[in-house]
Amino acid sequence: MATISPSEAQNEYDVIIVGSGAGGGQMAYTLTLAGIKCLMLESGRSYDAATETPMFQTGAHAPLGGSGTPDKPFGFYDATVDGGWQVPGEPYTQASDNPEQQFKWWRARMMGGRTNHWGRISLRNGPYDFKPYSRDGLGFDWPLSYEDVAPYYTKVERLIGVYGTNEGLENTPDSPNGVLQPPPKGRIGDLIAQKAGRKVGVPVVPIHRAVLTRPQDADTLPALLHPDDEDAQKVVGDSMRTRAACFWATDCGRGCSIRANYQSTTVHLPPALATGNLDIISDAHAREVILDKTGKAKGVLFIDKKTGKEERVTAKAVVLAASSGETVRILLNSKTNDFPEGVANRSGLVGKYIMDTVGSDLTGQIPALENLPPHNDDGAGGCHFYAPWWLYGDQKAGRMDFNRGYHVEIGGTRRMPKGRLPIPGDYLKGLFGTELKEEARRYYGSFLSFACRGEMIPNEGSFAELDPDVTDDWGIPVMRWHWEWSEQELAMADHAQRTFEELIGEMGGTPVGGGSRSGRDSILQGGEVIHEVGGAIMGDDPENSVCNQWNQTWDIPNLLLCDGSPFASNADKNPTETIMALAWRSADHLIETARKGDL
Amino acid sequence: MNDSPLPSKMERLPRRAVLQWFAAAAASTSGGVSFPSLASGQSQALAASGYGTDPDLVKVYQPGDAWPLTFTDDQLVFVTALADTILPADDFGPAASQLRVPDYVDEWISAPYPSQQKDREVVLPGLGQFEEFVRKTRQSSFSELDSETRIAVCRTLTSAPDGKNPDKALANFLHRFTLIAAGAYFSTPEGWKAIGYAGNQATAIFAGPPSEVLQQVGVEQTVN
Repeated sequence: MATISPSEAQNEYDVIIVGSGAGGGQMAYTLTLAGIKCLMLESGRSYDAATETPMFQTGAHAPLGGSGTPDKPFGFYDATVDGGWQVPGEPYTQASDNPEQQFKWWRARMMGGRTNHWGRISLRNGPYDFKPYSRDGLGFDWPLSYEDVAPYYTKVERLIGVYGTNEGLENTPDSPNGVLQPPPKGRIGDLIAQKAGRKVGVPVVPIHRAVLTRPQDADTLPALLHPDDEDAQKVVGDSMRTRAACFWATDCGRGCSIRANYQSTTVHLPPALATGNLDIISDAHAREVILDKTGKAKGVLFIDKKTGKEERVTAKAVVLAASSGETVRILLNSKTNDFPEGVANRSGLVGKYIMDTVGSDLTGQIPALENLPPHNDDGAGGCHFYAPWWLYGDQKAGRMDFNRGYHVEIGGTRRMPKGRLPIPGDYLKGLFGTELKEEARRYYGSFLSFACRGEMIPNEGSFAELDPDVTDDWGIPVMRWHWEWSEQELAMADHAQRTFEELIGEMGGTPVGGGSRSGRDSILQGGEVIHEVGGAIMGDDPENSVCNQWNQTWDIPNLLLCDGSPFASNADKNPTETIMALAWRSADHLIETARKGDL
Repeated sequence: MNDSPLPSKMERLPRRAVLQWFAAAAASTSGGVSFPSLASGQSQALAASGYGTDPDLVKVYQPGDAWPLTFTDDQLVFVTALADTILPADDFGPAASQLRVPDYVDEWISAPYPSQQKDREVVLPGLGQFEEFVRKTRQSSFSELDSETRIAVCRTLTSAPDGKNPDKALANFLHRFTLIAAGAYFSTPEGWKAIGYAGNQATAIFAGPPSEVLQQVGVEQTVN
């Protein structure tokens, strides 16, 4: 992907965007198509999905069969560069030695960030999700409603391409007719889970994911996205024509050389670059936001990791879209006389209310799935079916011991074996020779996993701050994490375990590992689902929020936060589509400001 | 997000912990009672580094490309015999050695990562102890036994009638070795055929499970 060196940067841009993932990519796309000159700073290296994606490589082509290692925790072929649970040269610390109070932080150092490997699950927040405090008195309301964001969800879905169905379920919004691409057929694991779900009252339906199941309609969609702007329509149409539909092989986590799924590097950045209005500097490790004498943002100070030198770039507005944790780090490290605790932090809330998703998984061995005739189960490289939260009524009636919802992601196991045996070892213990192969074939694909992905309510004990003693390789203070799950999340995980056990039992199966566990024993560590949001929440009062509804910081209106950091809550819906929708909305507001000459 | 079909947690250990572990591993292999011809100073391979956080993903790697291998020729003879006993040539597919499983096991136990080093701690001493056990009980080296006797030896170690293994350490070695070897075997296209994986092919449409599968499971396709 085309980049420039710091010395090639222009003297001043309209907007500097820190981060090239979902939020940064969306801002660059929307702003540059409107003619706004942008400079993007990416802390990792450039990356080209067309030449770097291992589309058909097998375990036999990779060290250790491609299985995960500390260097590549999600497997050799995972599209994460210089990242994972640790980033070389950029440590983070924990305030507590207790793992239950620690936060695992997944980062990537590559163009496009975590969008290269993400799960592509693209769910809209529902109306309840923007007003949770009003419903149950917990957490915070957002300063906007579903109706405010809905048009932007539609834009995002049209641009990136999302498959799925409209099911008309409570707080699980339908998209307008014709927006979603057709869903892929159910895999065998999906269908048996769906049948069991009907009996136990869990609605299993097609999920929404950012994967093209057919080519995009490049003759129609650009005009819907950019009415009255023929130049933008041409750029976007040209980009859409270079994307192919899924060919039903290759895990999406590897990235996609044919651009069938959404990654910022294949969907947002190519048209932005094609406008001629975007420059990108890679290996640019942002340190702080620079303010002018009037207290407005005027640029960014960063370390050029290739030379180790400090560099400064200037613009009329600055967008931080570096991920919640990194955006908080940059804000807290930007200290001035007016902002001794970090810029845009008069509320004292920068770093507070970090949230992740509640994760709790259970796998079942299902005899009905044993010894199935071999068939290609690869599908769209990720989930096909899921169960949206279904017990709003019971919660409203006071019959539940937790207030928010979770959805269930269903994972079949007829996947490409890579490195590690695709069957728990105990099932083959003591077997040798042809008998072992027979039993391996019997059990292969007979395991079905259920993953709870649920809403966490923001709490006072989950936050990030600067570590007073530890700096990274460039001398920049690093994040120190505090974490706690409340009884709400533990009760939710507990409920999920019992639900999964019931589903597995309904299918005639048995849980792997001896049965369901308690919420406390099964809940994943904070950060482990990699849905870190919050840390600079939006609200309608500068006293108790960092941003307004346009992602502008209250204290410095030309400093915008366009990643997950402004999230006032973290619904069970995966955050990426909401990050993009809010970024697009924020960009439109910024464009309007620029057109009035107020940028 | 996880690449494995079942939940697993890969933790990055602090460097200090890894070094401590390396020291412990070295002590355990040098001080053991391994059969002389199958164990000799192999903790030294641990000085290798991993493939790093930005390896070339489209390159084809062979065992030995990412870090030095460990097994001696004598060990490879034994490992080949054991791998071919566990995964022989049959109607499901070729023998393990035809798919380079012994080299893969070598790559696995030579890898400088905590999980693999834990296996190294079991596998390396286990090779010698297993051979010693065979020589004591069968008066022969393992590789010279016929295939039926080899399987009988393996069963002796893992399924004694009273439920108690004669040697827990050897049974553990055999189990770990089996999991590593089978993991390698089923990662190859021939192994896919054996286990029933039929993907990794570009197709114009995703047809979903065929009717015979739907019928066997007793479900219907619900997406048109």
